[in-house]
Amino acid sequence: MLSAYREIVKFLLLVAIVLLLPLLIQEGYLLNVMVFVGIHSILALALNLLLGYAGQISLGHAGFFGLGAYISGILTATYSINPWAAMLAAATLVTLLAFIVGFPILKLKGHYLAMATLGLGIIIYIIFNEAVDHTGGPSGLSGIPNLSLGGFSFDSDLRNYYLIWTFTLVAIGLSLNLVNSRIGRALRAIHDSEVAARVMGVNARLLKVQIFALSAGLSAVAGSLYAHTMTFVAPASFGFNFSVELVTMVIIGGLASIYGSLLGAALLTVLPEMLRAFQDYDIIVYGLLLIVITMFMPGGLVKGLPGVLTALRRKAAKEESGDA
Amino acid sequence: MKRFLPTTMLTFLLLLSASLAFASPATIKIGALFSVTGPPSFLGEPERNSAKMVVDEINAKGGVKGKKLELIVYDTQGDATKAVQAANRLIKEDKVVAIIGPSTTGESMAVIPVVEKEGIPLISCAAGSKITDPVKKWVFKTAQNDGLAVAKIYEYLNKKKLAKVAILTVSDGFGSSGREQLKAHAEKFGIQVVVDETYGPKDTDMTSQLTKIRGSQAQAIICWGTNPGPAVVAKNVKQLGIKLPLFMSHGVSSKKFIELAGDASDGIMLPSGKVIVSDVLPAGDKQKKSLLAFVKDYQNHYKAEGDHFGGHAWDAVMLLKGAVERGADTPAAIRDQLEKTTNFAGIGGIFSYSAADHAGLGKDAFVLVEIRNKDWTLVK
Repeated sequence: MLSAYREIVKFLLLVAIVLLLPLLIQEGYLLNVMVFVGIHSILALALNLLLGYAGQISLGHAGFFGLGAYISGILTATYSINPWAAMLAAATLVTLLAFIVGFPILKLKGHYLAMATLGLGIIIYIIFNEAVDHTGGPSGLSGIPNLSLGGFSFDSDLRNYYLIWTFTLVAIGLSLNLVNSRIGRALRAIHDSEVAARVMGVNARLLKVQIFALSAGLSAVAGSLYAHTMTFVAPASFGFNFSVELVTMVIIGGLASIYGSLLGAALLTVLPEMLRAFQDYDIIVYGLLLIVITMFMPGGLVKGLPGVLTALRRKAAKEESGDA
Repeated sequence: MKRFLPTTMLTFLLLLSASLAFASPATIKIGALFSVTGPPSFLGEPERNSAKMVVDEINAKGGVKGKKLELIVYDTQGDATKAVQAANRLIKEDKVVAIIGPSTTGESMAVIPVVEKEGIPLISCAAGSKITDPVKKWVFKTAQNDGLAVAKIYEYLNKKKLAKVAILTVSDGFGSSGREQLKAHAEKFGIQVVVDETYGPKDTDMTSQLTKIRGSQAQAIICWGTNPGPAVVAKNVKQLGIKLPLFMSHGVSSKKFIELAGDASDGIMLPSGKVIVSDVLPAGDKQKKSLLAFVKDYQNHYKAEGDHFGGHAWDAVMLLKGAVERGADTPAAIRDQLEKTTNFAGIGGIFSYSAADHAGLGKDAFVLVEIRNKDWTLVK
């Protein structure tokens, strides 16, 4: 009972921070970065459900993200369909697609699963590049409208910030609900031992496919949001590199941790921007930082940071007593 | 709770510390977006080098109207998402008065909605004609439209009475734009595209496409790509003993291509910016002075051959300099002055912008060159 109460307080605290943050950082560039942090958070969350909780890797999630963006983009820019309807269509189609390909693919385990999802991501990427008549090919698709409610168009950084973070908070709420339910426990059981889970009466095969489809669908929603805030999509944003970046976000943030996904997404989105001060060496510093974090915080930021803080506090306390 | 509070606090502290910005009032801030790393780095690197070089030179001579230029370069890695983030940063945090770049058509198209909304002039260094067609209020470009290069080849074919061509294009931004233009202009010149083949950017053998072309009625082959693909095509053509004239695009107009293709490069013709043939241009050529200065400077600074990609950035900086010299210092005034640029002899060609034309170049921006004995010669 107490832990449920704690969860709610945590979540409300996050909602408060999200609501108040724009007062602190004002309109401008950082708000724009926070929009991307929101989108990446949804993606990291989606992948964490699959990778962190169910223990199934995917190196093709940038593909699902891109499919969401392109379906939304093509339906609105080429066929002038309502953006909200397009978003719904994108989410439905991608969920369905993932559900169908999930059955054969999720029979595989470990490295083989990684290879198969990687292949899937690459196929999707090639389609974006080659289906020039529909996707605009490598130079992209422009003219995608912003989302709007009634006459209210989400066309500024501040408006987009609230729009995206509403979705992010809903996604976090749903995920928290999911992982703390019977299904969440079943997923963790699969993660630890699939055989044991099946012995306990969990339909492991179906559940894996379902969580894969859910994860893909959520990524597609993030893709739609991306398309409508950027008003432009190009294949280079959805390549293999981005799939790897998503996996990095999840691992750096903390596997099987909802708030960890948020931290991982925030760090990997904000860090490159901060490192621009290093000019040409930013990539090296970035890589070094990632290595250091994984070496010293193997459980991810969500477990590692409090440890660092308590250690610092202890050290400070020790010095104080030493002075006395 | 215990765990959550400190971690969130720390993240947001990190965020805030990123917002510290520096300001120096006596400079004119110019932003630049180049893909210095990533797949299009062959564009971004010379562009960044050239832009830095010319800005340093302008400052060494006392700046523009007593004000120094400050160039802020961000790497976009060829990714539209990163380009948009960086553009936002340049406009909202660095408060630049104009932006040069991005390097690729895709990134340029992604950045256009941002600059149009914020009202900041953008001088793109990418070639895609849709960047300035239709004309957008705040967007200009320095790279020659692909259509001009296509026209140069087709004119030559007309002269030689060759009407059937096979096209072989790479499946990336450059190739797909070329393919579009090759097909769009064919009819106007009475040319028929009898084979339309593509290859992947990383392919290492094109014999299957070329075999198909060999079996067709094509009288010439036009290959559209950037290194290293076209060198493979050149070698495969020699290996298969195909005797048809082979044309390349301006995407390979650098010494690198001749190095890669080796002996197979002999006899290949391509439309190119004038920079590679600057030393053999007739003395009356209006661009000759700019071209020779650029090539010499680049050689001195970077110990490498200046190419036309770097030239796009050189042109962009000089066009901005011209606008500022004519008295503009706000983004809106710079835009208005840019639009009034006439007869500026740069690296890419002679620029004349107008309200109806933000690409600014004519057919004379390209010359047709032939590779003979591993060097460039002008085709008359």
